[in-house]
Amino acid sequence: MIRIAQLSCGAEYSGIQRELERAAEIVGAKMISPEVSLEDVMDVEKRFGVSVPSGDLNLIMARATRLVENPDLADAVFVATCFRCAEGAIIRGEVRRYIHEHSRLPVLSYSFTERTTAETLLTRMEALVTTARMRGLLARERQTGLTAGIDSGSTTTKAVIMRDNQIIGRGWVPTTEVIKSAEEAFQQALQESGVKREEIQGIGVTGYGRFLVGKHFDAKLIQEEITVNSKGAVFLANAQKGPATVIDIGGMDNKAISVQDGVPGSFTMGGICAGASGRFLELTARRLGVNITDLGKLALRGSYKSVPMNSYCIVFGTQSLVNSLSKGARPEDVAMAACHSVAEQVFEQQLQEVEVKQPVIMVGGTSLIEGLPKAMEDLLGIEIIVPNHAQYIGAVGAALLVSGMLEV
Amino acid sequence: MVKVIVYPPTSTILADLVDRMGHTPLVMANEIRKKIDTPSLESPPLNITPEDPKKGLKYAAVDVPSGVRGRMSLIGPMIEEAEAAIIVEDNNCLVGCSGCARTNELTRLLIKIKGIPFIELKYPRDDGEARRFVHEIRMFLEGLK
Repeated sequence: MIRIAQLSCGAEYSGIQRELERAAEIVGAKMISPEVSLEDVMDVEKRFGVSVPSGDLNLIMARATRLVENPDLADAVFVATCFRCAEGAIIRGEVRRYIHEHSRLPVLSYSFTERTTAETLLTRMEALVTTARMRGLLARERQTGLTAGIDSGSTTTKAVIMRDNQIIGRGWVPTTEVIKSAEEAFQQALQESGVKREEIQGIGVTGYGRFLVGKHFDAKLIQEEITVNSKGAVFLANAQKGPATVIDIGGMDNKAISVQDGVPGSFTMGGICAGASGRFLELTARRLGVNITDLGKLALRGSYKSVPMNSYCIVFGTQSLVNSLSKGARPEDVAMAACHSVAEQVFEQQLQEVEVKQPVIMVGGTSLIEGLPKAMEDLLGIEIIVPNHAQYIGAVGAALLVSGMLEV
Repeated sequence: MVKVIVYPPTSTILADLVDRMGHTPLVMANEIRKKIDTPSLESPPLNITPEDPKKGLKYAAVDVPSGVRGRMSLIGPMIEEAEAAIIVEDNNCLVGCSGCARTNELTRLLIKIKGIPFIELKYPRDDGEARRFVHEIRMFLEGLK
């Protein structure tokens, strides 16, 4: 049983404690609260350089100290405070950084409301537990044998065939019916590789449709996309040793993952609105009358500065887009403004929750929209790496990880 | 007999003083006990459900964190019920604390604008101050009879 140390303020009073415990139970873990002494609480100023008026936040810091000093108390850490609490957000960030720097415990940082449910937390908890339980498998750097990976995403389904650490076949189709799309992508990959289905030694699946697809293909590995994508990203970017940051802006949500030696350390997942996802860029492309694959090149010729756009809400973002075009804005400026708006929201909402360490690797289909990594590069002031086959990271990660299970 | 809310609302020392002077203390422990004793609710440890922060909307807007509103769903009705109040400032978490500074601020504000008699004191730091502290509270509570 994986023990997740809960360092939170407000969860009981928000009525979600049961949901946290239920999410942990579903993924085979249990929430624990590290015991602290009064001295631990009174000493947080010395350790952290700050103590705050809210007693429960001081308690979080005291518990973090106890965990760092006794890492055997837990296998992973869940740091959570109320959404919209500034004091909580500051301490949550500091505690996450402190644990990340002083221990090897994986940390999940989260801000909740009373609407948070076990289902909302499931993928995150699954990733946290995987990181704690399968550290050995996640440290795997080479793909061996002949394996396949399928990433059943919300927008597209990707598949790869890998042999001896090389990608030999790829498939990419829009997701319609989950199993049908997975079959199509898999067939494309098989065809390109020239390999027969029965020759595949193991299949790994990830993405939203992983459970359905995993059952259909009798997959050896069915895994959430946080651990799998970070593995695929560092593999493709050749950044398996040392720190790295993975940014994956998906069709429906975003992930920011701080990785150390190929294993996720701290991560966050989500997005306030679809305005911060690939959906908004699809919509922008459609409104501009260009193919999504051409949106990025168009954006690189424009400037976001002349087009006010705030995509915190996809509806308002679209409104800004339509208004700008009706006032005569150039399509290339609108395209860049849309890319900048998405990047800015990910920067503000997600990247504040993880340690941004170089190299920063952008992956997923949206990373191929050139304006988006450029906008992120401008915001972070550092170079962004988009590896070859960036859209296949989930499938590659799954194929790589499942090869490790063949030897077990 | 007067219903007296104490601040911090978790202070058992203040609740005891109120009780000894023949009044009814309004404290969080009693509200939580009612929650825990409610049959058929299963939201441990406090039996506060996601519906409670929504009840807290009576006291704080939706953009106030859910933890504050959940706490206010317990404290707010006590303030409504209160006929007098004792407010102790500069206390540390050992005296009693809701765990959340924003909840503490809102609680003090709502007590003060309610228009009920209240006494406001500094938390005592030595024996002499402690004696004066108890004496002043006693005088206040006697005056409520």
